[in-house]
Amino acid sequence: MKEYSQGFRDGIPIALGYFFVSFSFGITGVAHGLFWWEVVLISMTNLTSAGQFAGVQILLAGGSLAELAVSQLVINLRYALMSVSLSQKTDERFRGVSRWLLGFGITDEIFGVAMNRDGAVSRSYFLGLMSLPYFGWALGTLAGAVFGSVMPQKLTEGMSIAIYGMFLAILVPKAKSDLRVLAVVAVAAACSCLLFYVPAFSGISVGTRIILCGLLSSVFGALIFPRAEEFEKTEEA
Amino acid sequence: MELTRFLPAAAVMAGVTYLVRAVPFGLIQRKITNRFLRSLLFYIPYAVLAAMTFPTVFYCTSDPLPSLVGTAAALVFAWRGSGMVSVALAACAAVGLTLLLQA
Repeated sequence: MKEYSQGFRDGIPIALGYFFVSFSFGITGVAHGLFWWEVVLISMTNLTSAGQFAGVQILLAGGSLAELAVSQLVINLRYALMSVSLSQKTDERFRGVSRWLLGFGITDEIFGVAMNRDGAVSRSYFLGLMSLPYFGWALGTLAGAVFGSVMPQKLTEGMSIAIYGMFLAILVPKAKSDLRVLAVVAVAAACSCLLFYVPAFSGISVGTRIILCGLLSSVFGALIFPRAEEFEKTEEA
Repeated sequence: MELTRFLPAAAVMAGVTYLVRAVPFGLIQRKITNRFLRSLLFYIPYAVLAAMTFPTVFYCTSDPLPSLVGTAAALVFAWRGSGMVSVALAACAAVGLTLLLQA
């Protein structure tokens, strides 16, 4: 119980941040024609920001199920590495079924806080840690969806810039301090703009564009600027 | 959105996202040592975020000007090291103000 409440406390700041991010997800979703319960259902079953935003973009653009699946796989691939790292830090009772259940709660922030903890991560601690952020994520989406339904569409459209502001808040400081990240980010952005603006590529869908440019620029980075250091945790939802 | 389109899509999103997280956590016990793979996994989140942001961020509004002003505000605040929530609020405020001035 002490472990649970300690995790619960450590989850409070994460939950506050999640409320805001998912608020803008809720607004964006209903602004583009999803029902309030649809965006809430997506938040409650996915618990990830970039993947959900990309998924909804692709869904609304009429993308196929295969395209959706590949985009989620690529965008969320980082969780696979995090879950490997986390599996090294759990205590001996955190095995079997509990891993398959609680693995759902691995996000960038929850992972970051869990890895920062002194000593091993127990089941109770991890469950406590993910509790409040989960509800923050769901309630923020609901609040955003309700707010988005009553506000004029011109305004809610404009507010959908919030998520990109958050993405820039992750990209800019990292790119500023690490020129290798800056190079990868520049290649990805240039690739995405190229496919978007050049008429010859107009047949390429949003999902394919994100997958293609994200993968190409990461391969470029891994080949030209391989990381010698240990895996560094990312600070993003 | 009609249910026959929405529900399968929502299930695919949730299923893939869950499996990506839970399968390595449930199965893999050893560390990934391959340097290329580790580097690739390190860069992917930044690369994907950049590809998602550009050029879509310029078209949050039907007229690009408010979005451009909002992007500029976000870049300035992010450069100065503001947190995620502050940068997002600054971008929203800049878009809102520009829309107001245009009206």
